Amino acid sequence: MIVALSIFLITVGSIAFHFWSPWWWTEVASNWGNMDDTIILTFWITGFVFVAICFFVAYCVWKFSYNKDRRAEYKPEDKKLESRLTWATAIGVAALLAPGLVVWNQYVTVPDNAYKVEVFAYQWGWKYRLPGDDGILGKTDIKYINDDNPFGLIIEDTNGKDDLLVDAQELHLLIDRPVKFELRTIDVLHNFYVPQFRGKMDMVPGIVTYYWLTPTRTGDFEVLCAEYCGSGHYAMRGRVIVDEEQDYKKWEAKQITFEKMLAKNQKNDNLQLVKKDK
Amino acid sequence: MSDEYEHKLEAKSDYAGDASSVSSPDIDSVPDAELPDQELYHSHSWWTTYVFSQDAKYIGIQYALTAVGTGLLGLVLSWLMRIQLAFPGLGWLDPGAYYQFVTMHGMIMVVYLLTALFLGGFGNLLIPLMCGARDMAFPYVNMLSYWAFVVAVLVLLASFFVPGGPTGAGWTLYPPQAITAGTPGSDMGIILMLISLILFVAGFTMGGLNYIITVLQLRARGMTLMRLPLTIWGIFTATVLAMFAFPALLVGCLMMTLDSLLGTSFFMPAMVSLGETLTHEGGSPILFQHLFWFFGHPEVYIVALPAFGIVSDLLSVHSRKTIFGYRMMVWAIVGIGALSFFVWAHHMYVSGMNPWFGFFFATTTLIIAVPTAIKVYNWILTLWRGNIQLSLPMLFSLGFIVTFLNGGLTGLFLGNVTVDVPLSDTYFVVAHFHMVMGIAPILVIFGAIYHWYPLITGRMMDETLGKIHFWITFIGSYAIYFPMHYQGFVGVPRRYFEIYDSPYIDTSTLLLNKFITIAVLIVGAAQLLFLYNLITSARLGKKSEKNPWKANSLEWQTPQMPPEHGNWGKELPKVYRWPYDFSVPGAKEDYIPQNQPPSEIVGAKVEKT
Repeated sequence: MIVALSIFLITVGSIAFHFWSPWWWTEVASNWGNMDDTIILTFWITGFVFVAICFFVAYCVWKFSYNKDRRAEYKPEDKKLESRLTWATAIGVAALLAPGLVVWNQYVTVPDNAYKVEVFAYQWGWKYRLPGDDGILGKTDIKYINDDNPFGLIIEDTNGKDDLLVDAQELHLLIDRPVKFELRTIDVLHNFYVPQFRGKMDMVPGIVTYYWLTPTRTGDFEVLCAEYCGSGHYAMRGRVIVDEEQDYKKWEAKQITFEKMLAKNQKNDNLQLVKKDK
Repeated sequence: MSDEYEHKLEAKSDYAGDASSVSSPDIDSVPDAELPDQELYHSHSWWTTYVFSQDAKYIGIQYALTAVGTGLLGLVLSWLMRIQLAFPGLGWLDPGAYYQFVTMHGMIMVVYLLTALFLGGFGNLLIPLMCGARDMAFPYVNMLSYWAFVVAVLVLLASFFVPGGPTGAGWTLYPPQAITAGTPGSDMGIILMLISLILFVAGFTMGGLNYIITVLQLRARGMTLMRLPLTIWGIFTATVLAMFAFPALLVGCLMMTLDSLLGTSFFMPAMVSLGETLTHEGGSPILFQHLFWFFGHPEVYIVALPAFGIVSDLLSVHSRKTIFGYRMMVWAIVGIGALSFFVWAHHMYVSGMNPWFGFFFATTTLIIAVPTAIKVYNWILTLWRGNIQLSLPMLFSLGFIVTFLNGGLTGLFLGNVTVDVPLSDTYFVVAHFHMVMGIAPILVIFGAIYHWYPLITGRMMDETLGKIHFWITFIGSYAIYFPMHYQGFVGVPRRYFEIYDSPYIDTSTLLLNKFITIAVLIVGAAQLLFLYNLITSARLGKKSEKNPWKANSLEWQTPQMPPEHGNWGKELPKVYRWPYDFSVPGAKEDYIPQNQPPSEIVGAKVEKT
């Protein structure tokens, strides 16, 4: 009796917790609200199965508790029942899978008009690179990374000259413009994760990974690293700010191009040479 | 059940009169033995009896005790990390130590506790007894297997004492960070971990060959494969999986050791480490992930299948009812085992592998839910119209059903590629895998220990202590992991030493962290009660009668209990039926042991098996 009641109460308690829990996802800030929808759908289907099976177990424990004068039923198999259950499960599983695959297809198909942003991860922080006026990110190689060229841009590649380098822990995005994050790391695995955006992808040294989204509301969001990357992992945070056009333009104007940075470094070098000569 | 299931074997009623005096060769016949009786090694000294034992029963107990001892360390580590998470203000761990504890906790629990306990422990104890053999096929190799495991554990523990401490790479040991400077224990610690795993695989291979060959070759006369207890089916299939899966781990470990010690670049691309450019070039970190999860996903089933098998037997015995759908259960075990090799990359949806793999692996992963669901249905249909004894093994089995169901269903979230994107690398994942491959199998282990304890010691464990232990463990661990899923929805990432008060996280989430930690401390402490019961009952427990649960399987039918060296006295048992003939209509008792000949139970309307 106590056992049956406990299983019953655990089930009811789980449902109650689910509906009254203060802990739920953050308000979505990208086009991936349909990921939330797939979660809701999964909740309904799996929740139904969970409750049905737990209640069934509780009922059995209550109804068929031991009595030495009674015999259990002798029924090794019931092919019809087994095949019905199998088919019902297969249908339920297909109902979960199909919408999941549809959304996944959207997730891995980047729209042509997406604005490219390079997210540059290192132990332990973030930098960003925007493609500049030509809309193309210049090529990079890890061996060119040094203090004067923190992103390792290949100087001969003219596409990189107008790239905007954001050497700060803060990125601004324009609302309602699809953006493709080209994810790059120079050391270990990282993962560019903003809870409100829902999207996620590991960054792997040696290759450039990607995912895309469209920011749908303005705001100031925290960036977290979601792939363990050593003892500073938990502190690898940053900020993403989604702006309306006016604010975005203001911020963009403040960023420095690769060409300008090279020139500035040159000037600094010359200054140092002058100092040395003195 | 065999293919002739449709035909019923009914002893004719006019038989009943003379059945007791005349044994009928017709209905009692079993196939002739194909092999001569096994020659056994007989120990001569205390050392060869208790330490370097070649008796599978002792080796099983040795394996179990070593695994549990290591597991206790894993438990203490989990306390330390949970205290850090709930009370970061105490500041008694630095991030390095925290990550080292997370890593060691994970690896110890998955490999050195669960794998070793289910296969090394229960496998050794139960395979020869349940199959009706005198011992494993190769007792000497079996002994070596255990001692290789001991050395592996010692190497693992040694890593706590080397400069830099044990590895803090996370239990998945992903390169490049596992062997580069930003991770604690990236020099000596990781090397010892890799060597320990290599030793474990070597030792396990010796044991595993034994389990497979013993099940295939040394079964008693009449013990067809379709009359094996599901426990054996589970352990057997899990061992086959391990034989295919562990080599992937082995080569992964060897290649990473070479990368670290000799500067090869299997997994190491050109990279910068804390400001310095390394000499590696051209390697693929994702290759390691494929190797790791090609081992790692079957590993989940290496732990789960024995648990499935054991819980099926516990449910059947303690509800005095035939297991429902035995044949489906067997095929589900085999099917899950086979499918488990085609789903590994569902751990890698957001790993940066080609995203188009997502379609394939999401589909295979959700297909595996079907045989798994069949198993759950058959367990609960076994309870239906049963005669359910709420003994300790039954309580733990019920706990298993609830927690496994919960953890299995959340697997449908994570396996479905889109749903996985927001949830991966959050506490949802942590909650899911602890529920499904931590709590659920461990509840089965407890049930199994309470069930087979009398077979090992001849005494029963204390019922009251056992019940307290059950309620705290079951309710407590549910209270730990059920709410934890919701932290995952909020987006709290896993493997965070400290979460701070992030803008998107409500402060109540941190309060929940405190609640979970307190539950962890209580549940952990309740295990001391279990240990006390385990130790004292060996001396003080109530003496058990022979076959105390009135079970049918062969391990309870030995001439002596606990069984002696060689298990079976002069004659090996003959098997006439499957182990699930409970509550057979017309039979006098509500159980018919596997070795009871049909002529002794005339009148029982047994379906042919």
